[in-house]
Amino acid sequence: MADDLKILVIDEDPVRAAILKEGLSDAGHMLVEWIADMSNLHVRISALDPDVVLIDLENPNRDVLEQMFQVSREVKRPIAMFVDQSDTTMITASVDAGVSAYIVDGLKKERIKPIVDMTISRFNAFSRLQRELDDTKTQLEERKIIDRAKGILMKQKGIDEDEAYVLLRRNAMNQKKKIAEVAASVVMAADLLG
Amino acid sequence: MSTSELTTVRAGFIPLVDCAVLVAAKEKGFAERHGIDLLLKPEVSWANIRDHINVGFLDVAHMLAGMPIAQSLGINHIKFPIIAPMALGAGGNAITVSCGLHAQLQDTGADLSDPLSAAKALRKVVDRRRSDGLEPLSFGQVFPFSCHNYQLRYWMAAAGIDPERDVSLVVIPPPYMVKSLEAGQVDGFCVGEPWNTLAVEQGVGVILLPTSSFWPAGPEKVLGLSERWANDNRETLQALLKALDEAAKWADDAANHAELADMLAVDAYLGVSAPVLAKALAGDLHFYNAGIVRAECEDALWLYAQMVRWGQIPLSREAEQVACRTYRPDLRAAALGVEKDISTAAHPAPLDGVAFDAADVPGYIAEVLIKA
Repeated sequence: MADDLKILVIDEDPVRAAILKEGLSDAGHMLVEWIADMSNLHVRISALDPDVVLIDLENPNRDVLEQMFQVSREVKRPIAMFVDQSDTTMITASVDAGVSAYIVDGLKKERIKPIVDMTISRFNAFSRLQRELDDTKTQLEERKIIDRAKGILMKQKGIDEDEAYVLLRRNAMNQKKKIAEVAASVVMAADLLG
Repeated sequence: MSTSELTTVRAGFIPLVDCAVLVAAKEKGFAERHGIDLLLKPEVSWANIRDHINVGFLDVAHMLAGMPIAQSLGINHIKFPIIAPMALGAGGNAITVSCGLHAQLQDTGADLSDPLSAAKALRKVVDRRRSDGLEPLSFGQVFPFSCHNYQLRYWMAAAGIDPERDVSLVVIPPPYMVKSLEAGQVDGFCVGEPWNTLAVEQGVGVILLPTSSFWPAGPEKVLGLSERWANDNRETLQALLKALDEAAKWADDAANHAELADMLAVDAYLGVSAPVLAKALAGDLHFYNAGIVRAECEDALWLYAQMVRWGQIPLSREAEQVACRTYRPDLRAAALGVEKDISTAAHPAPLDGVAFDAADVPGYIAEVLIKA
């Protein structure tokens, strides 16, 4: 679908911006601009003169956009947020996903809705990815600390690796804790006492 | 009381000195004593505060005084009834200008400590720039419905400067304010603390005027919440208002300011050094005194009049009534079991000579429009 809408993505996260830009171009939107550096934002937005602005909710510069869609001599056309009284589900979905959309007043809802829907789903996908990445990191860190604790126990108690692991696991079960937590206290104790 | 017996209230705030009442309510145990587990959630923009209240991710929030009114009227956004049962702070804003602009204002020979002659000095600079073919001066403020926006406009207009035509007013998030002034992207700004003090500390700007020198005494920030939440959580709201009243009294007492500055300085709140915050607290920011803790219909109408004056909403009897009902001192009075506080703050004389009569907003608007 060819579309001449000029879309501006304001996001300091290059990965999320790339995911979103890809989605927009797959949907046939070729006029996509991306701003990552937030200095002097209102001047740059005015110069780009976008039809749609997509911005992440953790960006303090949302308030700059709030001002720009006030009627003023600064922007040629008023920009309004894509919401009306009937759009509460859309607001909730977009706030939940962590993104906000601003559009030039007068653009038809049917043209904008797919863009906002797609943005919401891409933002959600990005959050899922990030959660998975965080989980992987945590798992890696847990494994590292368990390895250190095993080393400490092997040295101090003269036992082998399997025995050290069994000792950690038994303690964890007795204390109703995760093995990594017990391992962390072993490491901490060794640091304090050693 | 154990945490399990407490009722959780999620409160959003922007890291500014005037979030102090919420922070004190939590950290000094006022909230807990009234059965509330106050969860303080930092937000990065006023737009987020509005949206998170709307969708129910937050129960209550630190809001700019104009926000509940704009939201209840549906200006630039969906209409969503927000009420404000009390103020969280008054004063504390200042107009800061770059060292360069300050030198030009001084060159006019005017007494810059007087708000009107300072505004007239600015007009001279503005006029000269125009005749020299230079770009208009640019001033930063924080949100379309902020007192900062209205204060800059009111101050400039009193000297005959048209804030729409003669200067450029831009929104800049407070944490970027000092940097923008340093980079020459703006020539001045109106913002709350600690950002004015920080601009001076960094040698980037000069504090020209505290806006309390010309702006009527009234709320700068309010406790904002949706009408729906207030109706569904009457008892919790009463308990919260009691806790916040105690917290406001505590925060207002200068004897507690050193402790308050330490409390606010941590990264979870402002992440700004305690001495800078202590300096900011020593200024004209108030949390309780002189009846400022109340948010009255008259205060709301003054802000509504600014919205009309600057073209944000057309004048109408219906809008006026909605604006008036946004501020709810009755809820606070009911929670505290008091009729009404007696003390009221004195307003400075109107800078433009036009007295504001809350009973006749159309008359006020007609007069300021003629003056312009």
